[in-house]
Parts: sequence; C-alpha cells; structure tokens
Amino acid sequence: MSRITETFTKLKAAGRPGLVTYITAGDPSLARTRDVLFALARAGADVIELGVPFSDPLADGPVIQRATERALAAGATLDAVLGLVADVRAELTTPIVLFTYANPVARMGFGAFADRAAKAGVDGVLLLDVPIEEAGEVQGLLAARDIDPIFLVSPTTTPERIRDAARLGRGFLYAISRLGVTGVRDRVADGAEALVARIRKETSLPLALGFGISHPDHVRAVGQWADAAVVGSGLVQVIAECGDSPSLVPRVEAYVRWLTGEVPA
Amino acid sequence: MAIRRAEIHETAVFGERDPDLRGYYGPFGGRFVPETLMAPVDELAREYFRVREDPVFLEEFHGLLQHYVGRPTPLYEARRLAAEAGGARIFLKREDLTHTGAHKINNALGQALLARRMGKRRVVAETGAGQHGVATATACALLGLECDVYMGAQDMARQAPNVLRMRLLGATVRQVDAGSRTLKDAINEAMRDWVATVADTYYLLGSVLGPHPYPLMVREFQSIIGREARAQLLAQAGRLPEAVVACVGGGSNAMGIFDAFIADAGVRLIGVEAGGEAIVPGRHAARFAGGSVGILQGTKTWVLQDAHGNIELTHSISAGLDYAAIGPEHAWLQQQGRTDYAYATDAEALDAFGRVARLEGILPALESAHGVAHALRVARDLGPEDIVLVNLSGRGDKDLQTVEKTLER
Repeated sequence: MSRITETFTKLKAAGRPGLVTYITAGDPSLARTRDVLFALARAGADVIELGVPFSDPLADGPVIQRATERALAAGATLDAVLGLVADVRAELTTPIVLFTYANPVARMGFGAFADRAAKAGVDGVLLLDVPIEEAGEVQGLLAARDIDPIFLVSPTTTPERIRDAARLGRGFLYAISRLGVTGVRDRVADGAEALVARIRKETSLPLALGFGISHPDHVRAVGQWADAAVVGSGLVQVIAECGDSPSLVPRVEAYVRWLTGEVPA
Repeated sequence: MAIRRAEIHETAVFGERDPDLRGYYGPFGGRFVPETLMAPVDELAREYFRVREDPVFLEEFHGLLQHYVGRPTPLYEARRLAAEAGGARIFLKREDLTHTGAHKINNALGQALLARRMGKRRVVAETGAGQHGVATATACALLGLECDVYMGAQDMARQAPNVLRMRLLGATVRQVDAGSRTLKDAINEAMRDWVATVADTYYLLGSVLGPHPYPLMVREFQSIIGREARAQLLAQAGRLPEAVVACVGGGSNAMGIFDAFIADAGVRLIGVEAGGEAIVPGRHAARFAGGSVGILQGTKTWVLQDAHGNIELTHSISAGLDYAAIGPEHAWLQQQGRTDYAYATDAEALDAFGRVARLEGILPALESAHGVAHALRVARDLGPEDIVLVNLSGRGDKDLQTVEKTLER
C-alpha cells in the first residue's frame, strides 16, 4: 500500500477529512522550504504537494506565479527539488506529491525522472498540463515504480474522462472546484459539492478538492463532501509575507493549525 | 504578363494532411493543456471538423476573404530587388495588401466565424506584433463579438500604433507584465483567461501553435496564401519556383504558403527564424539553431529552453518572431527533411527592410523582412531563370518607430 493510500485509509478510519497543503519549492529558498516541510508535517498536514517551479505556469494565478519567480531566481530546479525530497525523506513521513508542469520532466526524460523520483522517495506525481490522453507513457513509468500518478478532474471533465482518470490514477483524484487558475477566493465554489457527487458516482478513489480554499470555514465545508481539502495560494501567500524572516516557520505552523481548526485565528 | 484578379480565385484547402486523431504530426503536437481546457479543446475540434466540410461556412469564409480582405492578393515580381541581389527572379506574395495589412486576417476571420457559430459571445486572443490582435479585433467588430487582446508590455511599447488600432476597433487591450513581457507571456495570460471563461469565450489563437486542433485549423485557414501563389506563379511565370521562403515565428504565414507546395518535391521550402543579435541564449528566437524538443503552451515541439526545462527568454527586433516555440508541423516537416530552416539577424532584417523600401517602394513588416533577407541569399546562389517566392506576410507601418530608432543610432 502506498504511503498516500495508507494516509487516506487512516483518515477514513478516523472519520476525519484530510488537509493537503501546496507550497512552491524553493520559495524563498530550498533551505527554507526544507524547514517549511517539517513545519507543515508538525502542524498536521496530511499530504504535502511540492510545486516544482517552471518559467511558464499557465494554470497558476498571481500568488503562485510570484512564488515561482522567487523560487527560480533562488535557483530551484527539478533536479534540486528531487534532491530536497531525498534529503528530508528519512525524517519526514508525510506523503509528498510533486506538482509540476510537463516540460521540466520532459527535459529530464520521463524514464530518468521516474527513476530519480522513486529513488528520492516521492510518493505521487501530478503533471499539471499532461491530461490523461497524453499520460500513458509517464503513468506506466511511475506506477511501475510504485509512485502514484495523480490526475485532475475539473467541472468541465466528462463522466467518461472521470472514469479514465480513476482508472489511470492512484492514491487520490484532485478535483478542481472551479474554472480558472489557482488563487485565494472568498468562498468555496457553488458547484463544488455537486462536482464531488458527480466524481463519486464514477470512482471510489479518495478525492481531494482544491482551488480557492484558504480559510478554516472552506476546509470544514469541503470536508463534509470530499476526503481532503487542498490549500495552496493561501499558504503560499503566508510564505511570501514572511520571506526569509525567522517568523516563517511559526507563521506557517500557525496558519495550518488555524486551517484545521486546532487553534483560533 | 498581366492577369486579371478574377482569374485567380483559389480557395483554402481543408482535410488534406491531417495530423493523427490525437493531433500529432509524427512525434510532435498533441494536447498538453490543464484538465479544464480539455473539454473546450475537444468541443473546438468537433466543431472545426464539422465546419470545414460545411459548404455554407466555407462560402461565407471565402466570400469574406474576397470581398472584405481583398483576396486574391497580388503576386508581384520584384525585379529591382532581384537585380541588385544578382541571381534568381524574386516574386513577392503580397499579404501586406490584405485588409489590416498582414496574413493574420485570414485565420482571424475563419476562427471568428467559428466562434459565432459555436455561440460564443466573447473572444480572447494574444498578440505579439499586434497584427493578430488587430485582425482579431477587426473580425470581432465585423461579427459583433466582444474582444479582449493580451499583449506583453514590451510589445505594446514597440508596436504602439497597433495598440491604438485595436482600441479604435472596440477591443480591450490587456497589458501583460510577466516574464519577458512578450508573445509567450501574452499566450499564458490568454490561456489563464480562457480557463476561467470557457463557457462563453472562444480563444482565438493566432498561429500554428497550441493544442490540437489549433495548428491544423490555423494552417488550413492560411492555406489560401499558397494556393493563390502557386496558381499565380504558374500563370505569370509558367513554372514552379525553386524555393519558397517565409519568416517563422509560430509559423502560420509559412505553413500558409508552404502547404500548396508540399507535394511539389522539387520546390525547396525554407523557413526563416529570428537570429536576433546572436545565437546566444536570450538574444535570439531561432529554435532550430539553439533549441531542443520540449512541451510549451499545449504542444510538443522545438523550444528554446535551459538544461532544467525552463523556457529561455528570446529576443528579436520583430515582435512577431520573438517567441520560444515553433509550430509542431514545422518540427515534423523539418524532421522529415521536407522543410529547411535558416535565420536572419536583426541587422540583416533591417538591411532587407531598407532594400525592399528603396528598390521596390514597399515597406515590409520587420517579420517579413527576415524572409526577404534570407531569400536574397538563396537567390544569389541560383541562376537567372530560377525563381524564389517570398511571402511578404505583412506591411511595415507598425515598425516605423523601431526602424527610426535604429537609424538614429
């Protein structure tokens, strides 16, 4: 059983929805990302999505675009991010999903990437601009190395393609709650509950719902329908505000504990 | 030999040389887009394959090309330019004489008609030099569609006349400050818009780029250029050319003129990329000279990228060629050896711009001047009976400010 599947199984047994947290690797620096990874785990993140910075993040809104620019300027590359995962793996038991655009992976070579990711201890890989139609090769390479290929499902995804995503995907499916790019929003998208219901009809894979989730109320609402809520831009914004200052780790921990309802604001 | 315009009335050709069902040209192409865009891209492909066989759609498209765009555009023999180069005869396909002043209008009208038919009320587009933006704004004005055009801040500064044109045509020009603030960043931003607005918005992509079916659709809407030029050349010179030369940014004017000659094995097809200041990372946009295969903005093709797969900054004096990827069908034709690619530097393009102006009384777009610059080299190696056909893809009014600055230096 993969570490991701194990995590969702435990959550289900505990009757508790999970929290998936996204950060951009290398913002403000890879050394600080290392600290943030442990802070997330301590504060109760159930799965960590580690974003690989890419020069052209066309699915991301301004918050993650800026984080990407800072990370690239600080020298974060796919190679270095894999190095970071390898470095923390022995001490960090929280599942890590690499969240990346296709080109850095294609540049390394899909086979070489799968080997390196497996060796580093990556638990899952989500390729943002590789839809199921293009994913055959890389899906096979990852699955053969016991890395969970994670697929996205959006409000525009047809039932047939949801089934394809469920067949090719492992670990969990990532449901995009709304049309548009990543970013902080005031409220959970109106169609989110219906989307979750629509996906549930086609698959029993755990479901994490994201895009626009940044507040404990959102997390609680999402937890009523989905197996986990994904928080990205809200957390990246906290990291942006702290930068390299000593407040980074405590602020990240406090934000995550606030999201889970463990502590008040 | 003078011929009347009506004698050459070719139509764009649809349904030949399709990519495979997944939108691949050999190993290039495909659909590398975020999940939310898969449904709209599927819908677009379905609708496109329907309309290209629909006589009502085709009649309206070709009617507009004739009566609104002013097609066929002339094929003109540039005798003084050829005489100075010394070598082959040079014929210019005068896309600069279309309504709005560049070949971009052919594709913009085709896709805007499709957008209206699909019931979309709003169009988004990207633009580099502004010619595609102007063409899209024009087509949207004509068909009553709302229009937003994304344009890099650097391009807005160097192509200011086109920004004003778009605004006068009723479009909203949205400034993009990300990355190199040029075409690539404008495409990112247009896609971000589209992903949020797919229900009522059509993305009108301006070149043979992006996910399937765009590379196919844009080539087919532009294929009128080559059909006309081939027939005109046969009528005027009685024979096919030795070489067809066209500048290549994404590569739509080149695909448009190459298409009719692909089956003519004896005709060399040469694309000319932007050599910029030098073939050094960040200072050019010659993908085949300094790039490698990668995945960018929906398609797998040759791109300019670093060792880690990040896209390199590009430079060209011409905004329309200042882009890090080339259309996937170009990559496939190149791999098969059917097309060749060369590059012209900023200085060579400016030199060609000056020659065409002084010797022929034509101000070409700086993009098109890259094609002319290399065509002159090709012509010099050929004999006086030989023919080089150049796609003069656009006019140079938009570039006067840029050229003026270089004259001051």
